[in-house]
Amino acid sequence: MTQPATLASDYSNEVAQEPIEHRFNPYTGIAGEDFAVLAGDTRNTSGYNINSRYDPRVFDVGDNLLLTANGFAADSAQLISVFKNQLEWYHFDHNKALSPQSAARFIQHLLYGKRFFPYYVYTILAGLDEEGKGAIYSFDPVGSYEREQCRAAGAASSLIMPFLDNQVNFKNQMDPASHGTEKRPLRYLSLEEVIQLVRDAFTSVTERHIQVGDGLEILIVTKDGVKTEYYPLKKD
Amino acid sequence: MNHDPFQWGKPLDSVYGPYNAKIAHATNKRTTNIKDVSDFPTMHTQQPMITGTSVISVRYQDGVVLAADNMGAYGSLMKLDDVERIVKVGKDTIVGISGDISDMQHLHRILDDLVVEDRYDMESDHLKANHVHEYLTRVLYNRRTKMDPLWNACIVAGFDEQGEVFLKYVDLLGVTYTSPALATGFGAHLAIPLLRKKADTDEDVKNLTKEDAVQLVKDCMKVLFYRDARSLDKYTLCVVEKSTKQIEIQKDVKCEDMKWGFAKDISGYGLPQL
Repeated sequence: MTQPATLASDYSNEVAQEPIEHRFNPYTGIAGEDFAVLAGDTRNTSGYNINSRYDPRVFDVGDNLLLTANGFAADSAQLISVFKNQLEWYHFDHNKALSPQSAARFIQHLLYGKRFFPYYVYTILAGLDEEGKGAIYSFDPVGSYEREQCRAAGAASSLIMPFLDNQVNFKNQMDPASHGTEKRPLRYLSLEEVIQLVRDAFTSVTERHIQVGDGLEILIVTKDGVKTEYYPLKKD
Repeated sequence: MNHDPFQWGKPLDSVYGPYNAKIAHATNKRTTNIKDVSDFPTMHTQQPMITGTSVISVRYQDGVVLAADNMGAYGSLMKLDDVERIVKVGKDTIVGISGDISDMQHLHRILDDLVVEDRYDMESDHLKANHVHEYLTRVLYNRRTKMDPLWNACIVAGFDEQGEVFLKYVDLLGVTYTSPALATGFGAHLAIPLLRKKADTDEDVKNLTKEDAVQLVKDCMKVLFYRDARSLDKYTLCVVEKSTKQIEIQKDVKCEDMKWGFAKDISGYGLPQL
């Protein structure tokens, strides 16, 4: 039996029974033909408090890989620092860059290694595969993963994901020329289209989700390296 | 007459019968008996005991102002009225700690050990604010992972290796973040909105002078004393200043210009109704 807390503050018994604090921010990864983007807002919240307006959580971890782990912020920081550290060892041991495919399998091992006391995070990895095509890998907290064309995770994922299904994978879209009998054929989106899509998604979600706002940071990986773009969002 | 002094003053068994250990679940068995103890898992801190309330801090154009009051509360009792909750670690760091006071003292000890270790190894001072923050984060995150947390929220301020001003938060879960204005506990609700009026963005910070920042923090401490029942009007105020590379610590600062005129009109709460 738990004892009632003796004082009303944020050190109350609510925290006592939970070793984690939910702090979901939305993240979106979209893969293109020769690029991949990983974007997230920069607001850090706990409960109804805004802790920080600029706390970027999408990281360029080296080797043209972008990584974000979203959920419990301390686990996320831990996972990313372990990954970065192990990446350095990989370089010492093998003297070559880590491919996204290998990075994804490694992240699975990191996550599954804590299967019975998991890192409470939803992870997205972005990079370019051996053919130079954009690759997005998404994970659940215990390491199940798959490669996808696009993925939204975190706070407003239920708002963003259907939008991406429709706009990236053309779900429920018909080819107008066929009078609604043929599916709209799939094609890769251009970088400009993807950036516009991500910005639209985040400005819309800012309106509907209280934990989303302040700023949008988009990291873009191409064969020439990683580029960062920042767009302010509403601060309310 | 029973000549066993341990039996003196106790109800006589011959009159009242033997003591009934079932009363109030009392037991006369040793609880170190393994069979009894195994009913409980290992017990860790589930709640803080004596607590310190908010720590508040704000960046200004040339550094950071940080303040924490001197109270240790045991529930609603003011148990301690002269605790120092701002700890200086080495030359370049101060740490403001809220939450459990005994855990704070443990952290203080750990940080002192860190300073001693640093002095053994290094010819000059290498322990900077960012190192202290990272170390605290590791300690707190590991303890929460053991499900045995140190019940504190800390704000670390000072200088990093480049001599730049450093300000970052870390709490009992190992969560860290930074912002122009940071506060723990009630301060996160009451002081942050006031601090953000003057220091919401980096641009605001560039325009905030030391005098204004100190006044702002003093005003916040006053509001916290008005509205946070577990707070004191006596506090420590620190100023981290980049241009002089100094950390100035002012102790026993009192809340000034308070207005309690409304208090005489308050009735109820057991007082005679007007």
